Amino acid sequence: MSEPTRIVTAHFDDPSVVSYEGYVRAGGYEGLRRALQLAPEEVIAEVKASGLRGRGGAGFPTGLKWSFVPQDTGKPTYVVANFDESEPGTFGNRELVEREPHQLLEGIAIAAYAIRSHLAFIYCRGEFLWPGSVLQRALAEAYEHGVLGERVLGSDYRLDVVLHRGAGAYICGEETALLSSLEGERGQPRQRPPFPAIEGLYASPTVINNVETLCFVPHILRNGAAWFAAIGPERSPGTKVFSISGKVERPGNYELPMGTPFRVLLEEHAGGVLGGRALKAWTPGGSSTPMLTAEHLDVPLDFESLQQAGSMLGTGAVMVMDETDCIVDAARRMVRFYAHESCGKCTPCREGTWWVKRIFERIEAGYGRPEDLPLLEDLAGNMLFRGFCPLLDGAVSPIRSSLRYFREELERHIAERRCPFSGRGPGLGTEPEPEPEPAAPSRPGPGRVTIPLSEVLR
Amino acid sequence: MGVLTPELRAEAETIIARYPAGRERSAILPLLYLVQSVEGWVSREGLREVAELLGLRTAEVEAVASFYTMIRLRPTGRHVVNVCTNLSCALRGGREVYAAAREAAGLGPGQERSEDGLFTVHEEECLGACDGAPVVQIDFVNHDRVSPERVRELLDELRRGEVPQPARGAAPRDFRHACRVLAGVEELA
Repeated sequence: MSEPTRIVTAHFDDPSVVSYEGYVRAGGYEGLRRALQLAPEEVIAEVKASGLRGRGGAGFPTGLKWSFVPQDTGKPTYVVANFDESEPGTFGNRELVEREPHQLLEGIAIAAYAIRSHLAFIYCRGEFLWPGSVLQRALAEAYEHGVLGERVLGSDYRLDVVLHRGAGAYICGEETALLSSLEGERGQPRQRPPFPAIEGLYASPTVINNVETLCFVPHILRNGAAWFAAIGPERSPGTKVFSISGKVERPGNYELPMGTPFRVLLEEHAGGVLGGRALKAWTPGGSSTPMLTAEHLDVPLDFESLQQAGSMLGTGAVMVMDETDCIVDAARRMVRFYAHESCGKCTPCREGTWWVKRIFERIEAGYGRPEDLPLLEDLAGNMLFRGFCPLLDGAVSPIRSSLRYFREELERHIAERRCPFSGRGPGLGTEPEPEPEPAAPSRPGPGRVTIPLSEVLR
Repeated sequence: MGVLTPELRAEAETIIARYPAGRERSAILPLLYLVQSVEGWVSREGLREVAELLGLRTAEVEAVASFYTMIRLRPTGRHVVNVCTNLSCALRGGREVYAAAREAAGLGPGQERSEDGLFTVHEEECLGACDGAPVVQIDFVNHDRVSPERVRELLDELRRGEVPQPARGAAPRDFRHACRVLAGVEELA
């Protein structure tokens, strides 16, 4: 097994780091202490020099993002930690918080100091009842020990951190939708520019970082930018927490240097494909990243290499399918997610995801038509980059990658009028039955009495 | 007759005070959770009281409430059982677990709440715990590697008034208790 390089998961075997005392014993809050000895601009310069890129999917350089925050607007500045982890297959942030919540708080405090912010929010996914409680407890400890509050670690710097819980909406992981939600609105994305660094929360300059990104920050301050920049490939430095699940022997989170070949993650860490079966398909970074196949076993897992291979690093969430799994069924399940989670703001997304879902459903059920494949291609082309946010781009990934690598399997479903894996469908030699009616909307309305107009205008 | 008692109104004020002055609207989700912890869902009267606390119109609060799946605008079971059937869980049998949960709760087609008001069962999207697939959340805490047999046992335990031990951490007593935690006015034990 290759030598493990673990930074943010280094203490995962030590249950004591969940508490303030345990975290400090393990060297915690030394990064913040060092940051407070520097000027805010020097902290930004250090993070910039480290080459740290956002771990939430987009890979934007973190220090650069911080440097965009203007200090002359007369408005307060804010830091928001994005803990709305909802990309299918992703569970790294949850474990980081459950095991070592102070690591996140330290990262938030350093980011806030760097942009001269005195109020930070943690947007915690609603369904994360327990991880949110772990954070709430850690926040109380941090205040108690003077890490947060009027005098951060005895300095003149003041910082408050507020935990804000969401209420079940994937879209709120998108940064502008997250801000809408945090402001008490429907979680719908906003036009950019202006970018949040200029006009974010409450129309004030705001830095939004993913949990994992913020967890790296204390280590960079403690060990120096050069130390971090030396790990992994030059343009994607550092390590990444890969979440691997599906048909593998040992699903879990594995922190590995960026650029580690997929084969190493799958075979050495996750114990290979479940039951020794053959690998069929995998997503490198959640269902929003195009599926790859067994021919991509040696692709290095980093931003550039995965892009060259026709996919993306995304959140580093690897979902593995084996030779017995039906790709049409998998793609159907993935696009259903986007149809369900589309916020409805942009027509290509709201309508496109629904129609694509219907087409995959009928192909899997044995009612596919030969013209469905060009129709899927056409729909994908009319969705990609046609919305305010990347949700619909994510929906295109399972469409295009299933057509690209598994076209034959789609054609077989249509030709045989059944799923070759499950055997379901009318099959050949039978009279075609009418296609089943689509299922009722997955989120029906409240179903209550009509509200009188006088009430609405109240 | 109001939803929020004077004690709960005092808690509502502490929720609103978390946000900067003039930004009270940010408290809308925790306030809806607070109402939900009393009613077990959010009624029209509940929406009206949240609106009144924030100086908004009832329709504005409803517009927000209807966006989020965890804010329930219909009567909801004492326990909410969420079964993930997204890809990683589906690959490990999540759909069979969902079918078993519905059957164990005695739900007919299209029905989401059991006749006795004990369970609301949902087919859920990825719950961020795929290492434990298939995952079931009961009142928003996780149970990992749940088989169809296990989900039947879990529902039986709830019927007997027990609180099943989750995969990690502590569990709320029921959905209303979970909503108090979500509102940030109570902690999990």
